Amino acid sequence: MKPALSVIFFTVVAGAGYGLLLLLALARIAGLGPSINPDQVTLMGLIGLLLVTAGLISSTFHLANPKNAWRSFTRFRTSWLSREAVFAILFYPVCLLWLIFEWSTGNTLVTSFFAVLTAILSVVVLICTSMIYASLKTIRQWHTALTPVNFVLLGLLPGSLILALMFAHQQLDLQRLLSVSLVILVLAALVKIVYFYWIGQPAGPSINTALGFTRATVRLLDVGHSSDTFHTREFGFQMNRVKLLWLRAICIALAFAVPMLLVSGMFSAVGFSMLTLAAISVTAGVFIERWLFFAEARHVVNLYHGSPAT
Amino acid sequence: MKLGLVIDLDTCVGCHACAVACKQWNTSGTTGPLSDYEPYGENPSGVWFNRIRHYEVDDYPNSKTVNAPMSCMHCDDAACVTVCPTGASYKREEDGIVLVDQSKCMGCNLCAWACPYGARELDEAQGVMKKCTLCVDRIYDEELPEAQRQPACVLTCPAHARFFGDFDDPESEVSTLVRERSGYAMMPELGYKPVNQYLPPRQRPAAPTVEKKEDAGSGSLINKWMRRQKEAFNQLGKGAG
Repeated sequence: MKPALSVIFFTVVAGAGYGLLLLLALARIAGLGPSINPDQVTLMGLIGLLLVTAGLISSTFHLANPKNAWRSFTRFRTSWLSREAVFAILFYPVCLLWLIFEWSTGNTLVTSFFAVLTAILSVVVLICTSMIYASLKTIRQWHTALTPVNFVLLGLLPGSLILALMFAHQQLDLQRLLSVSLVILVLAALVKIVYFYWIGQPAGPSINTALGFTRATVRLLDVGHSSDTFHTREFGFQMNRVKLLWLRAICIALAFAVPMLLVSGMFSAVGFSMLTLAAISVTAGVFIERWLFFAEARHVVNLYHGSPAT
Repeated sequence: MKLGLVIDLDTCVGCHACAVACKQWNTSGTTGPLSDYEPYGENPSGVWFNRIRHYEVDDYPNSKTVNAPMSCMHCDDAACVTVCPTGASYKREEDGIVLVDQSKCMGCNLCAWACPYGARELDEAQGVMKKCTLCVDRIYDEELPEAQRQPACVLTCPAHARFFGDFDDPESEVSTLVRERSGYAMMPELGYKPVNQYLPPRQRPAAPTVEKKEDAGSGSLINKWMRRQKEAFNQLGKGAG
């Protein structure tokens, strides 16, 4: 699949925003940030919303006809994209109400109620986004339960480190948040490594089942078009195997290994500068991860263009 | 009704006439234009509803060229309709034709991602998704003589490799062909229940290659001498191989 920059930016940045808001809500209601005051929550919440908004705006650049984007709220019952759109918009009033109550009344029962709702909606939006990809049977590298798990964890991971960075900036107690970050780091790394192995296994339709000649070899003689088509541009993306392996290694290093070393406090106390590095490293790593998520996905239409398997 | 096509892979000669007829009809029809980008440039490209690819099946000496025209399969369980967030893609209740309402499409490409058959193409000039309509603006047109109320691709096929009809009627031409010639669907394992069916190449014994017996006594001396040289020459290669 063609790695479209608008979609990569959307899923990474909005994902980090939802992850941040989810953890911020937990900080408020479950004691992840013991000494946080309402003004700090409001400010950090607005930064999270800013990330979400930047992502959502970016996603509209992927549309060829954005003037009809409002119609994407109408097929909630069948389409994951429609569900994502509905929940992403529903998220705004809920999250804003939480921040408004936080700012005006401080930590009350109503505030906690909206914080819980925000946390739930964050996960729901992340799952809806991932299900857009996971529901496509035509792309076996996406059609797996690992996809939603991966999207949720890789939303939480940069979100948690950006939140930790803000905690450090406000001189708040980091200990509990960093423990959660480490757990997310380990889980996310495990899921991603399992995913890389899993997509390496041959499976799914082949050129034989695609054409119905399952008892003989099938070779493409001529693809029938003389220059590129919508399908070759959209689905034909291919990259040197060695380069892909290098990118996987860089992705794992930047998204997981480097932040693990920085955040675990093995070398020195975890402070603002450490967390800045860790947040930048994770964000860069997740960008590469998302780029690979598209670049390594092979649509079955490639079988008709001569690929023996996907 | 369940309207669709049967395509005979045995008789298709791969001439692309169906694709050209399709483009001609639909670019000037209700779904048109089918935009072209750089039509006279170095890399002409554009929207087509029907594409023909050419394959070699099996190995020598049993190899066979198979030309595979592909357009929308008008799937019974059409994933492109399921994933569409705007409701632009829909499947008609009455005849099963899958269509795009261009006035609703937001050009997100998700339906093209969901289609395994490459039936949907984004019109990059207009920003909306387009696809085979089964010539819905022909097949119900009562102004046309009845014999012509068929998709443009079917009418134009010079090899008579394309058939149009109702798969719900067991006695229709398409149902009969599928039954008698073991018609099958492409990539059935994805479970979208494509309506269009393909007829496999017929199994024929290899054509005999027995050399023509020649009358040894006939012809002039020069002819006999020529024939002997030819036979001797043909023998040369055989020892080595």
